[in-house]
Amino acid sequence: MTAALTVAERQIGLLLSIMLALMGLVMAATARHGVMSLHGFMALGLGIGLTLMLAGALYDPEPPSNRLHRYYDEPTRFGIAMTLVWAMIGMGVGVWVAALLYWPEATPPWPATSFGRLRPVHTTGIIFGFGGNALIATSFHVLQRTSRARLADSISPWVVLLGYNLFCAWAVTGYLMGSTQSKEYAEAEWYADLWLVVIWLTYFALYLRTLARRNEPHIYVANWYYLAFILVVAMLHIVNNLALPVRFTSAESFPVWSGVQDAMVQWWYGHNAVAFFLTAGFLGMLYYFLPVRSGRPIWSYRLSIVSFWGITFFYIWVGSHHLHYTALPYWAQTLGMTFSVMLLVPSWASAGNAIATLNGAWHKVRDDATLRFMFVAAVFYGLSTFEGSFLAIRPVNSLSHYTDWTVGHVHSGTLGWVAMIIFGAIYTLVPQLSGKTGMASPRAVEWHFWLAVTGTLIYVVSMWNAGITQGLMWRAYDENGALSYSFVQSVEAMAPYYLLRTIGGGLFLTGAAFCAWNCRATMRKATGQATDRPLVTQPVE
Amino acid sequence: MLKLHYNLEKISMGLVAAIIVAASIGGIVEIAPLFTIDETVELPDDLRPHTPLELAGREIYIREGCYACHSQMVRSLADELDRYGPYSLASESAYDHPMLWGSKRTGPDLARLGGKYSDNWHVAHLIDPRSVVPASIMPAYPWLARTLDTGLLPDSLATLARLGLPYDDAMVAAAEADALGQSRPDSDATDGFRERYGERPPARAFDGDPSRLTEMDALIAYLQSLGRLTDAPYRILAEASQ
Repeated sequence: MTAALTVAERQIGLLLSIMLALMGLVMAATARHGVMSLHGFMALGLGIGLTLMLAGALYDPEPPSNRLHRYYDEPTRFGIAMTLVWAMIGMGVGVWVAALLYWPEATPPWPATSFGRLRPVHTTGIIFGFGGNALIATSFHVLQRTSRARLADSISPWVVLLGYNLFCAWAVTGYLMGSTQSKEYAEAEWYADLWLVVIWLTYFALYLRTLARRNEPHIYVANWYYLAFILVVAMLHIVNNLALPVRFTSAESFPVWSGVQDAMVQWWYGHNAVAFFLTAGFLGMLYYFLPVRSGRPIWSYRLSIVSFWGITFFYIWVGSHHLHYTALPYWAQTLGMTFSVMLLVPSWASAGNAIATLNGAWHKVRDDATLRFMFVAAVFYGLSTFEGSFLAIRPVNSLSHYTDWTVGHVHSGTLGWVAMIIFGAIYTLVPQLSGKTGMASPRAVEWHFWLAVTGTLIYVVSMWNAGITQGLMWRAYDENGALSYSFVQSVEAMAPYYLLRTIGGGLFLTGAAFCAWNCRATMRKATGQATDRPLVTQPVE
Repeated sequence: MLKLHYNLEKISMGLVAAIIVAASIGGIVEIAPLFTIDETVELPDDLRPHTPLELAGREIYIREGCYACHSQMVRSLADELDRYGPYSLASESAYDHPMLWGSKRTGPDLARLGGKYSDNWHVAHLIDPRSVVPASIMPAYPWLARTLDTGLLPDSLATLARLGLPYDDAMVAAAEADALGQSRPDSDATDGFRERYGERPPARAFDGDPSRLTEMDALIAYLQSLGRLTDAPYRILAEASQ
């Protein structure tokens, strides 16, 4: 990490590390006890660790001067490693809490391991830890290759990655200690949210500065999506997390929004976290890695324009479909439903564009598990966006809402689409960054593929059954006009589905563990050079 | 159009601006009008904010992630009205920072829970859910028997007052005493609590033990307040059914 930095860069890094340590010290000292103090110590520890590392290497020899003619891939490698670490944490906790729903007696008697505290560890670990690290890592790779420019500087990629992972670690350790805002997918408390704003602005600045140095006249479509991801997530994060801390020395805060406004803001955020975190960024990934791996250009440039602007414009309206039949004004619900249905057009345009790109490369899909991951991702993207539009229709939603159908829908998107495209990208990137022609064990990739597909299908099908059963039981009336089932009868009916879901999740987790092991084995044999072409300084045109 | 886009792709700040515009319109149209809701949805006269003890209970409800499995939003559907009670009104959660409408019913909706079960039932249920509901899959919360930390309550009430909740200075100053007073009936602290919060909120030893103020007291006080902060939903449903 330090060998590629110049002495001047190491000095800047050292200064930033000391500032981080001081910030942690101030947090720990002023909060004195509780979760904020622990988080202060975590920042202090990271700051001291980085300080020691940089100080120890401060006057090591300068890196070779030709480094500026090469892409800067070390941050990407670190980001991929963190992606896999968070995959193990997030998926492991996911399988564990799934098992607790089938076997609640297994809950250990400690507060920190209770279902309600572990559930946000699973969601944050997956969305922000696994998904976020994968997005940042691949965006650095894609940005450099499609711009034919090295990252604008060597320090800010590390600020982004290390700072972002500190945010994730703060968030999940906070939940375990009972510190949460309760806003779904935005549970982290106010100081962590402020920290993320700083990190995110650094990320945005780095992106724009690198784009400004590009040696290609056009900004490639993958970068539009990464840009939309960075920009809109910033907007959503700031508005949804506006809160007044109870004290500046404690973690507790109250959101400034209340009641129906809070519900609308929360689901405007919540669904657009799906849109701009879990979709836009990953479409950027798809638009780069699918053509690269299949060796085919994107099928239609026009379709990619239509789908990009369609997704950017339509998605932001749809959040209110989470609030059908609630106290939210009816017109807002109707708008959410209408735009959700219209959203199918740009979504299927993207999915169709991806699948049509594979025309002429189907033999590769058959033979190459990595490309198959991407193909399955595009198919699941199409399926889950269709399901999403369908579930947003008011009468359908009256049955599906509050049930496990929603959980099944989310996982068809996250397991089937998001995780599959991440694995496809990782299996393309890791050998390339390690100077290899393939992964250490191609057989493990093949096993991973089938475990992932089987796990996803078992999970999704069992949750469909669970959700529809719940929805029908809740609304069933007997011949006397009384409700047919008590609530707890609907809970009892879930047992077989919850067991199946745990098995499906377990298979998926096993596959991901193969991936982590395989990536480690490949990276350990790395020759230290990426196999792609070195940076050229002259534009082609 | 295609030519226009062809040129837009060459200007990064142009793309940035276009993305911001495209992604802002929907949010502005849907969210902005809701801030005139104070003028369009009148708060019921009898709507009361949570007492300090209930507020502490609400923080425990949030801390333990109860909202992940329990909604607090009865939809306007026949079976929900039959199962839970009157549908939820926007005004009911007007004082809720944040709202806890929830998104999933692994367990039942709790919007109308207040008064449905006895305090004893709640104590038994929270310590060992399967002792009262054999088929329940809810985790047990034995640690709720520990002493409640009320140290943050005055600052919490002050913060909520700044956000527009009807807590006056006396309520802020006496928040800790009022939490104690609500859980320890017939003590001196209860008189002060009654003076500030009136006769409507119940004051009793929610966990069955008046000698200790526990997290269980706070959580049960909160659970018993659900759907009881105003009678408006019951009134509206009764008027509609006449």
